[in-house]
Amino acid sequence: MAEKVLMKGNEALAEAAIQCGCKHYFGYPITPQTEIAAYMSKRLPKEGGVFLQAESEVAAINMVLGATAAGVRSMTSSSSPGVSLKSEGVSYIAGSDLPALIINVQRGGPGLGGIQPSQSDYWQATKALGHGDFQLFVLAPSTIQEMVDFVPLAYEVGEKYRVPSMILSDGMLGQMMEPVEFPTKKDDAIAEKPWAANGHQNKREKNVINSLYIDPETLENLVKERYERYELIKENEQRAEEFMMEDAEYVVVAFGASSRVARSAIMQARAEGIKAGMIRPITLWPFPNKTIEKSIDSTKKYLCVEMNMGQMVDDVRLVVSGRKPVEFFGRTGGVIPTPAEVLGQIRALAGKEM
Amino acid sequence: MAKTLNVLLAGFGGQGILFAGKTVAYAGLMDNKEISWLPSYGPEMRGGTCNCSVVISDEPIGSPLVTQPDVLFAMNLPSLDKFVNSVVPGGTILVDSSMIDKKVERTDVNVYYIDATRIADEQGLKGCAIIILIGKLFKEIGFCSKDALDAGIRKVIPAKKAAMLDLNLKALSIGMES
Repeated sequence: MAEKVLMKGNEALAEAAIQCGCKHYFGYPITPQTEIAAYMSKRLPKEGGVFLQAESEVAAINMVLGATAAGVRSMTSSSSPGVSLKSEGVSYIAGSDLPALIINVQRGGPGLGGIQPSQSDYWQATKALGHGDFQLFVLAPSTIQEMVDFVPLAYEVGEKYRVPSMILSDGMLGQMMEPVEFPTKKDDAIAEKPWAANGHQNKREKNVINSLYIDPETLENLVKERYERYELIKENEQRAEEFMMEDAEYVVVAFGASSRVARSAIMQARAEGIKAGMIRPITLWPFPNKTIEKSIDSTKKYLCVEMNMGQMVDDVRLVVSGRKPVEFFGRTGGVIPTPAEVLGQIRALAGKEM
Repeated sequence: MAKTLNVLLAGFGGQGILFAGKTVAYAGLMDNKEISWLPSYGPEMRGGTCNCSVVISDEPIGSPLVTQPDVLFAMNLPSLDKFVNSVVPGGTILVDSSMIDKKVERTDVNVYYIDATRIADEQGLKGCAIIILIGKLFKEIGFCSKDALDAGIRKVIPAKKAAMLDLNLKALSIGMES
């Protein structure tokens, strides 16, 4: 491992993508993710890649579709309103069985909303980033190191199962700096892509990248085949961190930025003698229901902490299925909850209101 | 020194708030501490309000947003008014008294008034007022080792702006002597 350097989350993520062999970046500026595009514009040309500021988010995502169809690693990034614009292209990418890396550095919504950090695109990322039956592989980093480490994971899982991947970040992680180290460069381990439309030179059958199927049975069979892959992803790719869970009775479930606030609150609750712990989903889809499931017997109550009005809490309640109470606390619109607020919620959960 | 030091630097854009925050953060990093640096971001630019949260800790850092600072750098009156009551009892407030002629009314915090902007201007260190305050903070609470502070400021100043290094080192030493 190399020396630790201080980097903004957005820049660290961009550097990680370049080190993963991302050669094509397509994007359009929007706060709070613009540093990704700015970093790419400086670095990618020097790496023999292409940085292109598209005329719109819609154009950018379709350029990603083209690049990934040709079998190269590419990327686009945006923030909430811009990601909504990309939704059509994301659906086409999923319908064409292509991997792709899409970054959402979330800000407050709906509409143009605000520019401060938010997690209110959880539903969009995990349930419906576009029309049709499809899923994305969604990772939620909580540190700048994870902004780096999740880039190769997003590429590798996406390519293995031929599904688009999203890193669901937020304005706090994008803008903040922490020490980060980059893995020493490994050999070009990018998987072969026999499906890529990259020129057959009359040596093989042509590959066709397409998402249009007029015949209902054909389309149904394709979607069903895709769902078999989704089942494999659910089986093999769930990830979550367990924090102070050994003897936890009051379990906070939080991801990304809000998990950092929750972590501070849990340490304070422990200092007061409250047996608090946290499950931090790292993959938002597939949701880590195995980790939640195995905690149910020993947990008295759950508390979901999110920077939205209550989105992931639905998935927690689906797993818990009424066996234990699942409460929710959130701030939205770009407001970051304070550790003191979350501590107050944990105390209330444990019946120790002060 | 506490296991975790929460620092809030606040003033106008253009006063080097973010740069100073990076200096403090890098000094912590040079001491092998966990650190985080979080700027306010938004439509503000030169002349607008600007603040920056820095956390230096022995443990992995939870929330990087400093809401109850152990140390407040107040570089203008609106920032002092906004954050003075959020400083923890026993905490430290560094006031640039060139910019703020008001005194802090609280008696449960340690307040240091430095005529930093005027001193910086007189010494040919324009823009380094807040670095003088970092020197003062180092003198009063020794938030990092001297070597780490020197190494930190060398890290923050890019090679292209090496000429700025001497000015910043001079500003630090003025702060340490005041």
